[in-house]
Amino acid sequence: MAKKELEILLKATKISKSFGDFVANQNIDISIAKGQIHALLGENGAGKSTLVKIFYGVLQPDSGLIEINNQKVSITSPNVARKNGIGMVFQHFSLFPALTVAENILIALDNKIKFNEVVNEITKLSKEWELFVDPLKLVSELSVGEKQRVEIIRCLMQNPSLLIMDEPTSVLTPQEIKNLFKILRRLASSGCSILYISHKLEEIIELADEVTILKSGKSIASINARKTTTNFLAETMVGKKITELQKTIKSKSKKIAFEVKNLDKLKDHEFGISLANINLQVNYGEILGVAGIAGNGQVELMEVLSGEITCEDNDQILLDKTSIGKTNINERRKLGIETIPEERTFHATVPNLTLSENTFLTYFFKYSNTKSWITNLLNNPQNSLEESTKIIKNNDVRCPEINPLASQLSGGNLQKFILGRSLANNPKVAIFSQPTWGVDIGAATSIRQKLLDLSQSGKAVILISQDLEEIFELSDKICVINEGVLSEIFDVRDIKATDVGLLMGGNNKKIQKMEPIK
Amino acid sequence: MITFIPRDKVSKNWIILAPILSIVFTIIFGLLIFTFLGYNPLETLYQIFVSPFSRIDRISDILVKACPLIIIGTGLMLCFKSNVWNIGAEGQFIMGALLAGFIALSFPNIETKFFLLITILAGFVGGALWAFIPAILKTKLNVNEILVSLMLVYVAMLFIDFIVRGPLRDPMSFGFPLSKPYPEGALINKIPFPGIGFLGQLHYGILFVFLLVPISWIFVNKTLGGFKIHVLGYAPQAAKFAGFKQNTITITVLLLSGGLAGVAGVIEVSANIGQLQPEVSFGYGFTAIIVAFLGRLSPVGILFAGIIIATVKLGADNAQMTMGIPKVVTGLFEGILLFFLLTGETLQKYKIKWSEGK
Repeated sequence: MAKKELEILLKATKISKSFGDFVANQNIDISIAKGQIHALLGENGAGKSTLVKIFYGVLQPDSGLIEINNQKVSITSPNVARKNGIGMVFQHFSLFPALTVAENILIALDNKIKFNEVVNEITKLSKEWELFVDPLKLVSELSVGEKQRVEIIRCLMQNPSLLIMDEPTSVLTPQEIKNLFKILRRLASSGCSILYISHKLEEIIELADEVTILKSGKSIASINARKTTTNFLAETMVGKKITELQKTIKSKSKKIAFEVKNLDKLKDHEFGISLANINLQVNYGEILGVAGIAGNGQVELMEVLSGEITCEDNDQILLDKTSIGKTNINERRKLGIETIPEERTFHATVPNLTLSENTFLTYFFKYSNTKSWITNLLNNPQNSLEESTKIIKNNDVRCPEINPLASQLSGGNLQKFILGRSLANNPKVAIFSQPTWGVDIGAATSIRQKLLDLSQSGKAVILISQDLEEIFELSDKICVINEGVLSEIFDVRDIKATDVGLLMGGNNKKIQKMEPIK
Repeated sequence: MITFIPRDKVSKNWIILAPILSIVFTIIFGLLIFTFLGYNPLETLYQIFVSPFSRIDRISDILVKACPLIIIGTGLMLCFKSNVWNIGAEGQFIMGALLAGFIALSFPNIETKFFLLITILAGFVGGALWAFIPAILKTKLNVNEILVSLMLVYVAMLFIDFIVRGPLRDPMSFGFPLSKPYPEGALINKIPFPGIGFLGQLHYGILFVFLLVPISWIFVNKTLGGFKIHVLGYAPQAAKFAGFKQNTITITVLLLSGGLAGVAGVIEVSANIGQLQPEVSFGYGFTAIIVAFLGRLSPVGILFAGIIIATVKLGADNAQMTMGIPKVVTGLFEGILLFFLLTGETLQKYKIKWSEGK
């Protein structure tokens, strides 16, 4: 229900879109007023991305009507969208790391302009909107926040009347988020409408004028964002009461489970991150949260902690005071260290293999039998069927068929399976990277509860996450990774979110007064 | 701009229809080309597609021709499945034949057929050694295996040429570049059928194919090794996560495929030639690349693909002999057939979207 007194910029009626049997959008209505910040809220898989891709011409609707300024339009491609004044900043940036900012913007422009004019235009826009970037810098040298600014400038060059932003804050520090909101508000007050996609409730309440909630492909409500609460939004979005995490007070153990000492690792490709002097330790019964913006060395750290890449020195990693730096990933699995990398498909699982085959992937050694060479020779994924059935059942993994391909599961269900597969090995130490990234609220809550349960049953957990709320909600101790360097470890009660934010941005001078735990 | 969009589901009908349509299109194009060039189009198509099946001895010749293609293709399947691009099976074939030939000629009086086990083993070792060069260069120095394996084909060709003109030349060959004939123990005989006699050139080497296809099926589908190969080729990150050693797998598949190409070389020479000569292969190593892909990198698929390609090759020979059609024209026809077969397969999996813009 758009406000009648406002002029409507974009109005969509009864938009539907299916992929095969799957209905992504079903009769969605939405209208965006001029100069309005309109939020699109919904769980993962609710159809937000499909809808905005239709607005930006990446996808074509099966049926439905789109009007811009009361004129019926058919947006057949992003080109047409841009001509109609629609710009979009994608969640995953589409920039070439080896080109400069200006070159990146130049190749994306529809009309041909000279290089110098582009540079001038970028400088002008970045001053005007406080989107500071150096047009001649290589994109690979930019921080994530700067890259996002480049994307925004790229849209602004086209003088858009509607700017679509897909989950723009998922990669930013709290400080950068504040800055972004300031810019978005200024843009809106200058008359540019903004369609803001998010599943973070606080942000929407802080920023948006109006919010449309999607659930299972349908638009279920359009409400005034200024007159609502996070609780109301959450319940409308999920359609049921959110269960709170069960946190019991635990008896702290002083026994060190897992320790990393003076670990260095040079980057192995141009756009990688070198790890420098990493030191960390985690006790049994404790969750250590490693905060940090994605792309600051988490992937590289994970490779070394998991044993995918072994250390140069055996003493660089210790389990129960025993050096294990040179052991490989399977030897560490046998020792009780379970890891989950952040990439769910193609890394933690193989998408075109079934779940039982994916169980076999990490546990094949369990099924070999040294006594019988023929069983050993014919050790194949058939052997893991029973175990994977158990994992599916115990972890409430919802499958479309008995033993589906990994690619048939939604992100949340696949992650539940991956976590369940690790827990089935009864680990002493669990190291999980971004376990709830891109997962719907229901699955995220269940995954977080599992992590808490794990630590409460006396296991050591390292949680690498870019979701600060999650870090604070679960962790007993916190450290921050920035450009491959790990900060000191702080007790969760001694550090504020804003300070962690400063550390995430690489600024550690202002918080020296705090005492790290030793 | 053309974009290929993966189909959600491949319909059962298409799996059957696509190859049929491919053949229909090939025939239409073939008719046009042969008519245009002034050959009797129906006669030509008869020679290519039907005449190889017209007599039982010709059918057995298809098997003989398909035999090396299937053996090499099976080895290449292991490489291609794990994303290792061995293009040099032709060279490995030659080196296998050469090492086996050297052993065979070192025992000029041997008669027992058990000796074949040794020459076949020698062929495996020869081919595997030749494939070990790209394997070690790739894993130790990150040298591209496509270039190395391909270049080594020419080295192998020149090497066998040198050997049969020099060290192993038969003094009784009147100056021809030929080795002495193999001893009885190193020859693979034709299969006698009771009441019929020999069926064309059909020889005992074909038994190796019947052994190899089921074994390779079991290896690919029922063993940890086959699983590793699939994971490494499809999701290398996941292979790391599972702790599979990429270099070990790369070396293993290269050795296996080189070895199998070498065995194919031994069988070809021992059954059909009986001595070493400058040309032992006739492009089997390259054709087998097509066989491997046409067979969709599956053991059973490769069996059929090998037979299809062998049929068309023999049919093309027939057309050349009976109608005087030049080799380039039949080659063109083979190309059209492959083009449509692969197009059909691609369109089964993807739909094409034309979009405006750059």
